[in-house]
Amino acid sequence: MTEEIIIAGFGGQGVLSMGKILAYSGIMQGQEVSWMPSYGPEMRGGTANVTVILSDERISSPILTKFDTAIILNQQSLDKFEKAVKPGGILLYDPNGITRHPERDDINIYKIDASHVASELGNPKVYNMVVLGAYLKVNPIVSMDNVKEGLKKSLPERYHHLLPLNESAIEEGTKHVEVVREIK
Amino acid sequence: MELTADKIKELVVKPENKVYAKTPLLTDKTLSYCPGCGHGVAHRILMELVEEMGLENDTIGIAPVGCSVLAYEFMNVDMQEAAHGRAPALATAIKRLWPGKFVFTYQGDGDLAAIGGNETLHACNRGENITIIFINNGIYGMTGGQMAPTTLPGMRTSTSPYGRDTHMMGNPLKMTEIVAMLPGTYFVTRQAVHTAKHARKAKKAIKKAIEVQLEGKGTSFVEIVSNCNSGWKMTPVKANQWLEENMLDYYHLGDIKVDGKLVKEIV
Amino acid sequence: MGELRLMKGNEAFAEALIRAGADGYFGYPITPQSEVIEYLMAEKPHERTGMVVLQAESELASINMLYGGAGAGKKVATSSSSPGISLMLEGISYMAGAELPCVILNVQRGGPGLGTIQPSQSDYFQATKGGGHGDYRLLVLAPASVQEMSDFVPLAFDLAFKYRNPVMILSDGVIGQMMEKVELFDPIPRWTDEEVIEKNGDWATVGKRPGRERNIITSLDLDPYSMERHNHDLFAKYKKMEEEEVRWEELNTEDAEYFIVAYGSASRISQKAIDLARAEGIKVGLIRPITLYPFPYKVLQEKVQKGAKGFLTVELNMGQMIEDVQLAVKDNAKVEFFGHVGGVIPTPEEVVEALKTKIIGG
Ligand SMILES: Cc1ncc(C[n+]2csc(CCOP(=O)(O)OP(=O)(O)O)c2C)c(N)n1
Ligand code: SF4
Ligand SMILES: [Mg+2]
Repeated sequence: MTEEIIIAGFGGQGVLSMGKILAYSGIMQGQEVSWMPSYGPEMRGGTANVTVILSDERISSPILTKFDTAIILNQQSLDKFEKAVKPGGILLYDPNGITRHPERDDINIYKIDASHVASELGNPKVYNMVVLGAYLKVNPIVSMDNVKEGLKKSLPERYHHLLPLNESAIEEGTKHVEVVREIK
Repeated sequence: MELTADKIKELVVKPENKVYAKTPLLTDKTLSYCPGCGHGVAHRILMELVEEMGLENDTIGIAPVGCSVLAYEFMNVDMQEAAHGRAPALATAIKRLWPGKFVFTYQGDGDLAAIGGNETLHACNRGENITIIFINNGIYGMTGGQMAPTTLPGMRTSTSPYGRDTHMMGNPLKMTEIVAMLPGTYFVTRQAVHTAKHARKAKKAIKKAIEVQLEGKGTSFVEIVSNCNSGWKMTPVKANQWLEENMLDYYHLGDIKVDGKLVKEIV
Repeated sequence: MGELRLMKGNEAFAEALIRAGADGYFGYPITPQSEVIEYLMAEKPHERTGMVVLQAESELASINMLYGGAGAGKKVATSSSSPGISLMLEGISYMAGAELPCVILNVQRGGPGLGTIQPSQSDYFQATKGGGHGDYRLLVLAPASVQEMSDFVPLAFDLAFKYRNPVMILSDGVIGQMMEKVELFDPIPRWTDEEVIEKNGDWATVGKRPGRERNIITSLDLDPYSMERHNHDLFAKYKKMEEEEVRWEELNTEDAEYFIVAYGSASRISQKAIDLARAEGIKVGLIRPITLYPFPYKVLQEKVQKGAKGFLTVELNMGQMIEDVQLAVKDNAKVEFFGHVGGVIPTPEEVVEALKTKIIGG
């Protein structure tokens, strides 16, 4: 199995750390992983994206143009990456602030209103964990146990009291993801 | 009786007549310095102190680029030769990696104040526990007498043939006063070696500088105002006179910072 | 099995320095490698192993701190990115001349000048052909994964001390910034002062020892004949490296008719390109030089002898390593180049296209 994922949005949405948790979860189940961020000034306030690959084999290029999954959190990223999803692949997006919605009919499209769910949980910072939960619901590439392990590993110890909150955000994400179009 | 060299040796060279001996910490290599140059005296004083203080096996020295580039040929201790101006960076690492050793740099004014100004400032500012010996002769001796940052106003050099024009080239840089202002320096002094009296005082000052390092107090910095008869185009005697009358008028001798406190108003 | 961690290449290098028993790291921040010094400062290696970490005032100072530390027999390292390495070339040349061991990491970014902070491989010539003034060579290792950013550190120290020569780890912004799974090696204790004296005391300035002359570290020799001899001695040493230290990796080469030659991040992209090309039935394999100096000329020559039809070099520059590939292959097979510069990264699809148009169809 190889899953090639792009996660893209604004800096500050937790794009990079979501990718990191996903990658760590992959390690927890014995996979090879890579995490390649866009870096530099564009991170500050601008767009941020990260390519995450989980595979049972040695990973070749950490930088890709075609993806099995695109997790999209703003309009710019949707415009840029919708066309980069492989036919039959997955596009998960947050509809907040989106004016031009995804149009392709050869991929699976899902949405998650993550900011709403996060504010229900009383902490907008767990936004990215809600998105992660939504993704794992539609594409369970890592088991929930391994995600919890990955979360623990990637969070510095002084934040470990926040683990339960993050776990429940993931849980909520799995419940609130909506199908826009499935092509199965 | 004819007084041949051998005869004199036989009559005079006796233990009871011995009043001075070259320290074994100077090698037998003939110094490459011009006769009358202050570098030789400064070398001797430093190496005598290393011997007297029992530091022969615990000293690591750093030679600069300048006339004293070959200091490692003359100083009989473990030595490194640095790139032009970088001696304080070498010393920083050596001292941090061998905190028990006595580590010194020996640098000219072009080396320390021009190309190596940044390394000097930052090593002093970090308070590196090293000793910097700074030979200020107001000129680039080695490369044939070009202007240095320390060249006096109006002084002729091969790159200021009409005299240093301070409007164009600024005023002489008093690096010693500058480093004295930095909290990292613990002992800062300006000395000279052109007379026996001055040399004796300079030796005391360098001894104190070494002690400061051995006590782990911070950077000790000793400027030695020196001559460059070749670069200044003077006889050695004339050069010492000129040093007394001109250099010392601008570069005042004496301690500037003692025990971490300024003891002199910096103007 | 060693400890598994998800780390950036830069962090893996930093952690490996501590574990490899480095005595000192001296560096100055520059993107995309500032994580090295940030990681070290956060880790407090002084408490873990006694290792010294210092933020220098410039790259000029950093490399000269390495000169001092290496000259005093200790294991020292620095890291920077392209513009900073340019500033270090003075010290690198002096260290090569004075035969001092050290490890230098270059996480390359695009140039010339201030250029871009995005990944590049345009310092290949600088790293492999000398770079600073004078005739000298660095031993150059090119990691292609975060794992190798860690594993090459102890290897680099071993080689540096074996040959008393600076070793450069030539990486780039992709390998430095990406995270991958790393298996960390077990810590190697730092040498005690007594061990430093025992191992390096015959040449390093560790303080005079009774029974030996003083040690001098210098690159200066004013006698032309003696200086010429020194140059010949250095080149005898480099020849030994060429005979003993060539390292490379081959993937999918058993039945290959065509070869992609690429190192570092370009080799990773090429690997993907090879998967895509093989799916179309093209018999192509990868030759990945791991030592860029000494370069694996013989490996390429063997492929030519066995009937290789063509070589495509893929680099994040305007074509630098291709000159070494041409030196090996000569006119015996087609040699072409494909790459991007300025921080633009070639895609696997583009590489396949270049292979088809420049090598197979051309
Ligand atoms: C990078 C570099 N630039 C220039 C030189 C040439 N150079 C050698 S010594 C020197 C000046 C030395 O003057 P100073 O430090 O005052 O020493 P002095 O000879 O007066 O004792 C210069 C410019 C060099 N060796 N390296
Ligand atoms: S040139 Fe000047 S500094 Fe150099 S040795 Fe001669 S007198 Fe001394
Ligand atoms: Mg001078």
